[in-house]
Amino acid sequence: MFVFESGNVAAATGVKLSRAQVIAAYPITPQTPLTEKLSVFVDAGELDAEYVAVESEHSALAVCIGATSTGARAFTATSANGLLYMSEQVHWTAGARLPMVMCVVNRGVGAPWSVWNDHQDSISQRDAGWIQIYAKDHQEIIDTVIKAYRLTEEVCIPVMVCYDGYYLSHTYMPFEVPEQEQVDAFLPPYEYRHQLGPENPTSLNTVTLPGRRPDLDGNLAPGYMEIRRCLHTELRQAIEVYERVDSEFKAMFGRGGSPIAERYLCDDAEYVAVALGSMSNQIKDAVDELREEGIRAGLLGLSLYRPFPSEFIASELSGRKGVVVFEKALSPGNTGALFGDTRAALYECSSRPFLRNYILGLGGKSYKTSDFCGAIRESVEAGSEPCDHPGWIGLNR
Amino acid sequence: MKEQKTTALNLTDEEFVFPGNRACAGCGLSSLYRIGLKAIGRDAILVVPPSCLTVMQGLYPIASTQLSVLNVTFASAASAASGVRAALKAKKNDHTRVVAWAGDGGTADIGIQALSGAIERGEDFLYICYDNEAYMNTGVQRSGTTPRGTVTANTAIHGKQQQSKDLPRIIAAHSPAYVASCSAAYPTDFHDKIRKALGMKGLKYIHIHTPCPTGWGIEDRLTVRLGRLAVETGLYVLYEIEDGEMKLSSPSAKLLTKKKLSPVSEYLAPQARFKSLPEEAVEALQQEVDAKWETYRSQMT
Repeated sequence: MFVFESGNVAAATGVKLSRAQVIAAYPITPQTPLTEKLSVFVDAGELDAEYVAVESEHSALAVCIGATSTGARAFTATSANGLLYMSEQVHWTAGARLPMVMCVVNRGVGAPWSVWNDHQDSISQRDAGWIQIYAKDHQEIIDTVIKAYRLTEEVCIPVMVCYDGYYLSHTYMPFEVPEQEQVDAFLPPYEYRHQLGPENPTSLNTVTLPGRRPDLDGNLAPGYMEIRRCLHTELRQAIEVYERVDSEFKAMFGRGGSPIAERYLCDDAEYVAVALGSMSNQIKDAVDELREEGIRAGLLGLSLYRPFPSEFIASELSGRKGVVVFEKALSPGNTGALFGDTRAALYECSSRPFLRNYILGLGGKSYKTSDFCGAIRESVEAGSEPCDHPGWIGLNR
Repeated sequence: MKEQKTTALNLTDEEFVFPGNRACAGCGLSSLYRIGLKAIGRDAILVVPPSCLTVMQGLYPIASTQLSVLNVTFASAASAASGVRAALKAKKNDHTRVVAWAGDGGTADIGIQALSGAIERGEDFLYICYDNEAYMNTGVQRSGTTPRGTVTANTAIHGKQQQSKDLPRIIAAHSPAYVASCSAAYPTDFHDKIRKALGMKGLKYIHIHTPCPTGWGIEDRLTVRLGRLAVETGLYVLYEIEDGEMKLSSPSAKLLTKKKLSPVSEYLAPQARFKSLPEEAVEALQQEVDAKWETYRSQMT
């Protein structure tokens, strides 16, 4: 069924179709319409879930941690400072290896206050151990939420589904809503293997020493560092799992096929733009325009940011003349985080392209298609000339 | 049906904590936990934030508690317990008990927001706060419930200058289903109150005065003695609040008919943590306690 709805409603509908059993949320702009919609689904009896209206984001994730550990499929969503307020719990969820899906409706982080969009919130949580997937449009939002539940429950690593505040959360677009029966076939009911309860007494998240330690039968249990390494290893393996989940989704629903990144006119591109989220759509227009001018440009619209698909990036970008990374987030005092990751992934390539980094859209600063064209043109002209990363788009206007 | 009063004779022989945990010698919490779990039983999920109880749980992969325990972040005992309850509801489980068990720091300070929210939402679980009146697990720093004049690691010279929070009263102002104060020196009273609380719907709150030899500077063997003195001097009062009505529990109710209570100095003197308390402060505290009991006598007899 095709509907014409907002991005927040697309996310809420994905959560409903995934049959989340416990939803905890605290209001923050621009996430609110998503969780309001879920409360309506629950009140109207369309979704059989417990809706817990908590007093803070820290508690929102705590409720989800408690619920998931007890064997219920949980959901929460937040933005900006709300995500940072729950940051301790974000790390805890991944460390505890809890399957969970959280939508982050991307917004700039205060101070100073901004309610408008950028990616600083979720990018600042990139080292928490979650899987991060960025959606580009409403169809991707609803589909990614459903795929994310399947993925998280297979790998026991939580997934953040990130999408741009306002650009996607509050705009309306047509998208197809999958049939419940099909979603049920794709996403089996949640069973947590370490579930708390009287049948199988378990102590979760107890104090763990640096070294390995024998259990009562004399078998060595891992220490803290072994447990952390396990998270890392399985996070890397999650790339393949996500590719499989996506191909199964495609077989059933007919959509998908590019879980890591959308490649737009990349095959013969000499210059490739790299970006996260909805700005990729606009960069496609810039690519078209540049091609008319004779610049062979392409776009790698990245969806999967953590685990970082280094091998994919290296194989896609090695041998190009130039790579331009556009970002709505900054690691202050360094460069954009995605730029750093991309540059590192390319270090071992024999044929390295030149790389440039542009920061744009912070705190909702507007940008135009011509900005992308200009930045790519400028990069093509400058080539491998040394430059002071990052460049800035839209300052002083 | 009214439950039989707990006595040493009818307390179950079944143990729910393995012997040999990591508590200090003479730990008030250690004996309380043992008795508390006897009252809670096996069909339960415990939620524990960082506290001495986290250490008592044992080190991975060995645990001292025979029940399911979810260790959570410091500020989130009440909200994580809400999540456990929500999951049980979603799975149509109406028998498993949910119990959050936290210290005074995890309750009065960093966890008070989550607890306040949980009571306001009418969550259905039992919250137990064992109050040893400071952050003992991190090395004895002042907390919101540390009494005025107490020497701690970060009030080392003059003692804490501020009065303590009356946490059960703060909780009672939220009108939860049940509020009770207990003492580690009166385990059967604690057992009774847990049994009673678990028979109720909604949020139940039990606050336990818990002597701590390590943090209070008392001999290991004096834990129970000090706990009793706190009650017998009238300084710490055991009571229940239901439907807004406060009722003294029998160890405290007995004091109503006593002409003169033991002086608070008997409770204070054996404790190194009160060594900075000047004579006038002890007198002022005695006057406070006398006035409190004068009010109780006029209201309750």
